[in-house]
Amino acid sequence: MSYFEASARTRIRGLVDAGTFEEFCPPEMRQTSPHLARLNAPLSFDDGVAVGRARLSGHAILIAAQEGRFNGGSVGEVHGAKIRGLLDRALAERPSAVLLLIDSGGVRLHEANAGLIAISEIMRALLSVQAAGIPVFALVGGSCGAFGGMGIVTRLCNEVIMSEQGRLSLSGPEVIETVKGVEEFDSRDRALVWRVTGGKLRRAQGDATRLVEDSIPAFRNAAAELMERYRVHSLPEKSLTDLLADQERLACRNMQFSNARDGQEVWDATLSDSTHVPELSSEEFNQRLLER
Amino acid sequence: MEKFTLTLKSVPAKSRRTTLCGVVSSGNLEVLVEPIGMEDACEIEVSTSAHGFRDIWEAVLNDFAKEHESGGLRLSINDAGATPAVVSLRLSQAFEIASGDAP
Amino acid sequence: MKELFDRLFGKDRHDIAIEGLFLQGKAMVGKESATVIGTCEHAAIDAALALKISGAILNAVREGPRPILFIADTQGQALTRHDELLGLNGYFAHIARAVDLARRSGHRLITLINGEAVSGGFLAFGMLADKICALPGSEVRVMDLRAMSRVTKIELATLEQLAKESPVFAPGVENFWRMGAIHEIWSDKDSWPERLGMAFASLADERASIGFERGGRMLASPIAQCVANT
Repeated sequence: MSYFEASARTRIRGLVDAGTFEEFCPPEMRQTSPHLARLNAPLSFDDGVAVGRARLSGHAILIAAQEGRFNGGSVGEVHGAKIRGLLDRALAERPSAVLLLIDSGGVRLHEANAGLIAISEIMRALLSVQAAGIPVFALVGGSCGAFGGMGIVTRLCNEVIMSEQGRLSLSGPEVIETVKGVEEFDSRDRALVWRVTGGKLRRAQGDATRLVEDSIPAFRNAAAELMERYRVHSLPEKSLTDLLADQERLACRNMQFSNARDGQEVWDATLSDSTHVPELSSEEFNQRLLER
Repeated sequence: MEKFTLTLKSVPAKSRRTTLCGVVSSGNLEVLVEPIGMEDACEIEVSTSAHGFRDIWEAVLNDFAKEHESGGLRLSINDAGATPAVVSLRLSQAFEIASGDAP
Repeated sequence: MKELFDRLFGKDRHDIAIEGLFLQGKAMVGKESATVIGTCEHAAIDAALALKISGAILNAVREGPRPILFIADTQGQALTRHDELLGLNGYFAHIARAVDLARRSGHRLITLINGEAVSGGFLAFGMLADKICALPGSEVRVMDLRAMSRVTKIELATLEQLAKESPVFAPGVENFWRMGAIHEIWSDKDSWPERLGMAFASLADERASIGFERGGRMLASPIAQCVANT
């Protein structure tokens, strides 16, 4: 089943072991957004995110899934507080991992200030969870991708599992086009948008740690495999040395691609064969990445 | 948003699981199904962004209550302009999940 | 900027270099030497500037725990295809990790908003400090109401009316103060060195409960607790 097409709840059902999902702050509590209500906009009983605990391949996990089709998976006060609360909970419950199924354009403009603050609280809570030795995975393969503050949150995660359809970036192409003009970024050129933000670019750069096919079982298998790895090698705390190495890696990227504006330039430098990359299956792509 | 609640006669439901079905996006809706303390009627609460279609809603919901054993259930709907066909489909799906073993 | 530094730290009590849109150096706060890292001239933060910020934070960590003062003046992230291709979100995440490392290494962290703090640029470093103070005349926002009206398709007049009642979406330092994201708003009458000295006390992330007390965010704290504890 396609991960891209599925709803947030269908993704959870398909990822976790059958019958193990237990939701926190469930829809029947009707914690809807008072801010959308004031603007007379449609509400959702879960404010566009489901959070809870479950098992995946037997491992205890906490999981959050954003619903990209409700207001673009955007983060408002309630939505953000549910994710932040889940991360706080991880400190007490100590699951094998926290899985964030990110499908979001970022801050919800109808409650923009609350959304921005919520994202910075999520960032801090996520860093605390990692400092406690609990890995956090991001899964990105939905129609809204991971943009804005949620793009930053995604890159804080220990593992980023993406499909090619998933997109990961900061400013949406539409925003850049509106502000800087169509010459800077033509948001209607879908192929270009994917070459600049899509899963195959992010995997080639190392920003995504796994590239999988657009199917729920493929995401599940990747998550299960990674969780098994963390069971064997527990998560070390990030040290100054680690961050200096990250700094060096990012500085090298700036130098190496100082004028790049198209993902093809990155593929040319990172794949054994960089022809016809958009047409490759994830398996073929991963093979070419390995060969280099 | 236009809001109204209907209480409709229906045969008692066999199983009464709480479930949420569908997504609030343009042309679509979500339905929350929950048990309530009634036997031979269901309560349907509608919140819709499309104003002035109450007659059509009532026709669709009456059909639903007749065709499904939904007594003792409350269905709460958040609608973002779904067509009657989509409404019927989502209600049936939600009912099947709430009353069946489907996950 | 020199006037600002004189006013903040006192004359001859600072040694801060400005390189383009980036500033870094040392200054005295009370009897302590603090590291100062910041942006100026409403900087649009691109990958290169982000690396300077993270590099300076990591240097400060290497030098050992002393207070860090972030001076934020940013119009937000740079909007270019090149920066998106590089993965600017990852550079911002790297800054966040550096700030977190500094905190865990015992640095006390304060952000001073001088000018404007907008959206992703504010998220990148300013918002992650222990305490955030705004200088008089500062502006904080995600998006101005006109653009917000365009994107959400809600009439500008409606937004303007609602902005009078609710702090939740409109630009403004006071709105962020009410929601708990800005701890202090300084005035021209204050002694800034004195306020700075008082502000440098470590804090947990209490923004949600402060926002509740100030009536700006009534749900964030109870909902997070509901998910975390039940």
